[in-house]
Amino acid sequence: MTTHKDDKDIGTTGHSWDGIEELNNPLPRWWLWTLYGCIVWAVVYTILYPAWPMVSGATSGVLGWSTRGAVAEEIAAVDEAQSGLRAELEATDLNTLAANEPLHRFAVQAGGSLFANNCAQCHGAGAAGAKGYPNLLDDDWLWGGQIEQVAYTIRHGIRNEDDPDARYSQMPAFGEILTRPEIDTLVAHVQSLSSGADPLAGAGGEMFSANCVACHGEDAKGNRDMGAPNLTDAIWLYGSDTATLTTTISKARFGVMPAWGLRLDEAEVRALAAYVHQLGGGEATTEE
Amino acid sequence: MGHKAAELYGNRTMTNPTQSLYAARLPIFPRRVSGYFRRLKWALMLVTLGIYYLTPWLRWERGPDMPDQAVLIDLANRRFYFFMIEIWPHEFYFVAGMLVMAGLALFLFTAALGRVWCGYACPQTVWTDLFILVERWIEGDRNARVRLHEAPWSLHKWRLRISKWVVWLIIGLLTGGAWVFYFTDAPTLLRDLASFSAPPVAYMTIAILTATTFVFGGFMREQVCIYMCPWPRIQAAMMDEDTLTVAYRDWRGEPRGKGLRRRAAAEAAEASIRAAGPQIGPRSPVIPMPGRPAMPSAPVLTEHKGDCIDCNACVNVCPMGIDIRDGQQMACITCALCIDACDEVMEKTGQPRGLIDYIALSDAPKEAAGDQPKSVWRHVLRARNLIYAGLWSGIGIALIFALFLRPDVEMTVAPIRNPTHVVLADGTIRNAYDVRVRNKQGTEQIFHVSLDHADLIITVEGSTSDKIAIPADSQGQARVYVDAPAGSHLATHARSDLRLWVTDQETGERAAVDTNFTGKDDE
Ligand code: SF4
Ligand code: SF4
Repeated sequence: MTTHKDDKDIGTTGHSWDGIEELNNPLPRWWLWTLYGCIVWAVVYTILYPAWPMVSGATSGVLGWSTRGAVAEEIAAVDEAQSGLRAELEATDLNTLAANEPLHRFAVQAGGSLFANNCAQCHGAGAAGAKGYPNLLDDDWLWGGQIEQVAYTIRHGIRNEDDPDARYSQMPAFGEILTRPEIDTLVAHVQSLSSGADPLAGAGGEMFSANCVACHGEDAKGNRDMGAPNLTDAIWLYGSDTATLTTTISKARFGVMPAWGLRLDEAEVRALAAYVHQLGGGEATTEE
Repeated sequence: MGHKAAELYGNRTMTNPTQSLYAARLPIFPRRVSGYFRRLKWALMLVTLGIYYLTPWLRWERGPDMPDQAVLIDLANRRFYFFMIEIWPHEFYFVAGMLVMAGLALFLFTAALGRVWCGYACPQTVWTDLFILVERWIEGDRNARVRLHEAPWSLHKWRLRISKWVVWLIIGLLTGGAWVFYFTDAPTLLRDLASFSAPPVAYMTIAILTATTFVFGGFMREQVCIYMCPWPRIQAAMMDEDTLTVAYRDWRGEPRGKGLRRRAAAEAAEASIRAAGPQIGPRSPVIPMPGRPAMPSAPVLTEHKGDCIDCNACVNVCPMGIDIRDGQQMACITCALCIDACDEVMEKTGQPRGLIDYIALSDAPKEAAGDQPKSVWRHVLRARNLIYAGLWSGIGIALIFALFLRPDVEMTVAPIRNPTHVVLADGTIRNAYDVRVRNKQGTEQIFHVSLDHADLIITVEGSTSDKIAIPADSQGQARVYVDAPAGSHLATHARSDLRLWVTDQETGERAAVDTNFTGKDDE
């Protein structure tokens, strides 16, 4: 085998392993300048931005940039961007909100995250409620399901001591008024109401009309002004089994909800009302 | 091993340790050339640059609420428009398929024709070609440019240099400018750019692409191909002995020769280049390939039998500054200009053309022995290429089928599972579903939601009907309630199958999704 004349022209780097020698093909000079450029860039970068680890934290860089600051800036920018919508939401008539498509969408989205932060603890992430905490997805409302009524409930809460305007009602603890057999009769009577029994018929009916109609009405359909539940429907806040109903009637229930108007601003309360109102049970506003 | 290497490569000398480890770029002054491949390359340049610069300005009517740009990559709205085709993000497999096809096409072309992409279609090659054209137009052909390069700086030199750079910058600007038009409505953006009200990212993109075009096409040129681009390495691995590539018929050309005096001068010049030290790129020494007959180390002085007259035309036209007669080299982009240059010379000397030509390496020994080489078609239509072509067209056909089989109405249904069902005041059991419908048309469409159970009541949140209105070319979501009356079959069974339908009110096109209904199972 012969040798190409050119090969001899290439020197070697002097490195040789098992007779394999490394040809000296020099790197282009601009490559070197690129490397120097990168070094300069790196040095400048470490001066401008947080870089060197110190005992507690890192050098902060002369630009004062930080990831926390960047997040705070982004949040501020979003707040700024939303301020117009918030102001509009505060000023708008809730009854016509749904007609304003972009504003309604904003309110529902905002309400959704507010709900997850503030309401889901009691009413559940899916708003299905729990025993003693109303299910907000159904079409049964203790204090009314029109959007303004929902907003009032959220704003002032129920039976709390912080807000004088909180919705308030209290059922007597009939355990102190009626005898145990009377309560048993009443429990059986109330249980029969869901299947369409006449609220005023029979012995139970007599007791019902003597003790309950003031709040729950002669038709047992409740009274939203007093937060008195409808006893003829399929929905039971605490349950309809005998033991639960016996406890409910003897001891009375006293569910409390905070006044969110004291913690959230008006736009947030309205956003929550819009969100809750579109969960499936919201009622159309009727003229008073 | 040691003695074998020495046998192969001779005894090397170690490079002088004081010699720099880095080499400055040697400027290259490609000479003008004309011929078949040059004409082909002009035509291809016209086509590729034409496509690049003009495509964003083509219009395509799609409907009042849709962009009318024929080719548009709408990143903000996550749509890709290509004439009548619109691709949504969930149809990204089209893009993936096209990328796979592009890869296979590269395999195919490289296996068949070597670095044909590099030589003819690569933007680096096309723009460099254009920049060299401008250079020649302003500063003159090779000899004038060499003189200008060596001349001291004068008003004349400055004037020529600056006018060249200005034209390059304008080309760079147009190149960067054309790029951004692909991403938004071109006429609007042009107006915004001119009135300085376009988004900063547009100006930044233009600035960066102007700078890269200017530097890569004007100053880096072959350095990009040799040191920055991965293709030369990859493509070298994809070629085989049947690949047609630009090569020198050394068995025909050697021993090269010219008049004795001229050769002595040429050798002196050669020696000075060699003495300047080794480098890849301009006048690169070839990497020896074992098994390949080496070239005679020195021209035979007395006899002159080869066709090569050692006029260096092939070297002078080469945009990479290499000598194809040294054999296959990594720096060669197979632009074929040396073929044209040599053909010209062969015509003058009255020899047959093709001293430098597209040749398959497997043919070289046959031709050298005086046998007939394989025909071009037998090289191109070999199994490997046919498999690549088959795969390529298979994917292409599949994509076209997928394109026409795409449904016009698409729906997804997500049953709400928290809670699984809601009991209404009258005992009705309600299930809720998040229904997403895609309206692929250019106008707002009304969709009806329906079920195949007659006794169920269906309502859409926020409306009193079963209709969902979805704006043009978008996806809409609606909460759909399905109510089963108390005591009905669905209300009293834990889980029942349910099929939800959406129907386009206008076209009647429908889509269905199977889901299920959760009843009250505690009774
Ligand atoms: S050697 Fe020939 S084909 Fe290769 S880059 Fe140079 S001119 Fe083009
Ligand atoms: S152009 Fe042809 S004849 Fe001239 S030096 Fe190159 S190979 Fe030889």
